[in-house]
Amino acid sequence: MSVLVFVESKENAVAKAGCEAISYAKKLGGDVTVITNGSLGEDVLGTLGEFGASKVLVNRELTSNNEQQLTRLITAAADSVGASIVVLAQDQLGKAVGPRVAVKLSAGHASSVIALPDTSSGFAVKTNAFSGKAFAHVAINSDKKVLSLMPNSFAAEKVGGQATVEGFSADLGGAGITVKETKIQSGDVAPLPEAEMVVSGGRGLKGPENWNLVEDLAQTLGATTACSRPVADIGWRPHHEHVGQTGIAIRPNLYIAVGISGAIQHLAGVNGSKTIVVINTDAEAPFFKAADYGVVGDAFEVLPKLTAAIEKFKAFQN
Amino acid sequence: MKLLVCISKAPDTTSKIAFTDGNTKFDENGVQYIVNPYDEWYALVRALEIVEASGGTVTTITVGTEADNPVIRKALAIGANEAIRIDAEPKDPFFVAKQIAEHAKEGGYDIVLTGKETINYNGAQVGAMVAEFLDQPFVSLATKLDVNGNTATLERDVSGGLEVVEVATPFVLSAAKGMAEQRIPNMRGIMAARTKPLNVVAPVELAALTSVINYELPNAKAECKYIDPENMEELVELLHNEAKVI
Repeated sequence: MSVLVFVESKENAVAKAGCEAISYAKKLGGDVTVITNGSLGEDVLGTLGEFGASKVLVNRELTSNNEQQLTRLITAAADSVGASIVVLAQDQLGKAVGPRVAVKLSAGHASSVIALPDTSSGFAVKTNAFSGKAFAHVAINSDKKVLSLMPNSFAAEKVGGQATVEGFSADLGGAGITVKETKIQSGDVAPLPEAEMVVSGGRGLKGPENWNLVEDLAQTLGATTACSRPVADIGWRPHHEHVGQTGIAIRPNLYIAVGISGAIQHLAGVNGSKTIVVINTDAEAPFFKAADYGVVGDAFEVLPKLTAAIEKFKAFQN
Repeated sequence: MKLLVCISKAPDTTSKIAFTDGNTKFDENGVQYIVNPYDEWYALVRALEIVEASGGTVTTITVGTEADNPVIRKALAIGANEAIRIDAEPKDPFFVAKQIAEHAKEGGYDIVLTGKETINYNGAQVGAMVAEFLDQPFVSLATKLDVNGNTATLERDVSGGLEVVEVATPFVLSAAKGMAEQRIPNMRGIMAARTKPLNVVAPVELAALTSVINYELPNAKAECKYIDPENMEELVELLHNEAKVI
């Protein structure tokens, strides 16, 4: 069996969610080929062998993430290696590309996949449904299959090895969409929804001027910052930090919610987190019901203490 | 400008999620159905704003049975000119997208708008699939849409920020929060919706490629462990040794 994985190449490395997709593909069994585009060097791409890829196909002509051209590239690669399964990350880019690839290959597509398939009778995968309030087991009944994985659902595991890197050309056609401007938050923390640790603030922080408390804790942990919907709506924080049902759905290892009451719509976007810590002055806040660890206390006192405790822990670790 | 807005029904956001028949069916008992919020608040309302400003028509399309008529009438009450219902169970995203694309091909629409995902299946598949069936560009996760003649300028969410893009009609988009504000239908709209055309169309024959076998509810969380706010060292210790996340 041949499995093709699309990974997004970023400036200096491939997206972490792409490495997770390679690990996932490797566990499906069979031979794993990666398709990517852009200008990453052969040395960097070759290291994808560590996650289980035997070969990396790279298209150097395509330097933007145009969803129509990527679809043509991925389907051409799938045909070329005779792939029966295509795996990719269901991040912002994957949401535009995965379903297109499925249609072009006449393949059944499962999205929001969070576990390896059950192949005891047919082929079924566990997926997120009802905005994180339930799971659906989805059977794919076609010969070809496309699987879009929720980031952070599957660990990128190094199994060792080196992949061969080959150039790959395909008829990419035109790009219907022209990118006029890109506004990306720079910085060295992982973007949502890839982040493994997230510190998130709500209205309990009383104003944007107090966000240094959230940022200090996040920086000490190496976590990404996020916020609740009201905070984004009133403009304390940028919209792209908003996690929840209408914002970004995340599943980090550690989610620390500060001054967020935990409305059902917020929980829907974060309850896939492995460990949830809730800090709130209100002992009756509904979020405590979804928390693993709770601190009933004033964020303005608790956060500096927690940041200091983490600093001490990190110093001891080193 | 001819705009087509894809409308799906979804359980109200505060619905209790439960299943029946050995976890194979969603328990509709006591559930209120609404227009999927992304389809309504963002895609439909922005489409209406555009035709109000520069003329045109807004048609909604739904793949569903008679049970979907109330949410379709709601979309008409908010202001859509007419509605199309493809008379079939929405078997899977591939099936639904094909039905919409078949109609869109005939209709000659300038823009097909979908919500970014439904709140019950969260598949985020139909919009991109419609685009591929139509061989048109797909602007995903759009948070802003302006149209000038046959060129549209959009903002959309990308990893870690946003992108400003330009695209010529015809194209397909999925709408995310930010594109428009929710509209509450007024009495005149509700009355008018009763007489607006709701055209029921037969589906094209097509096998679904996927099916839901059953559902599962998450395991109940263990009791929350409370930590003394004066003792953050204990929390760090638990996160390290018990939860093993730091």
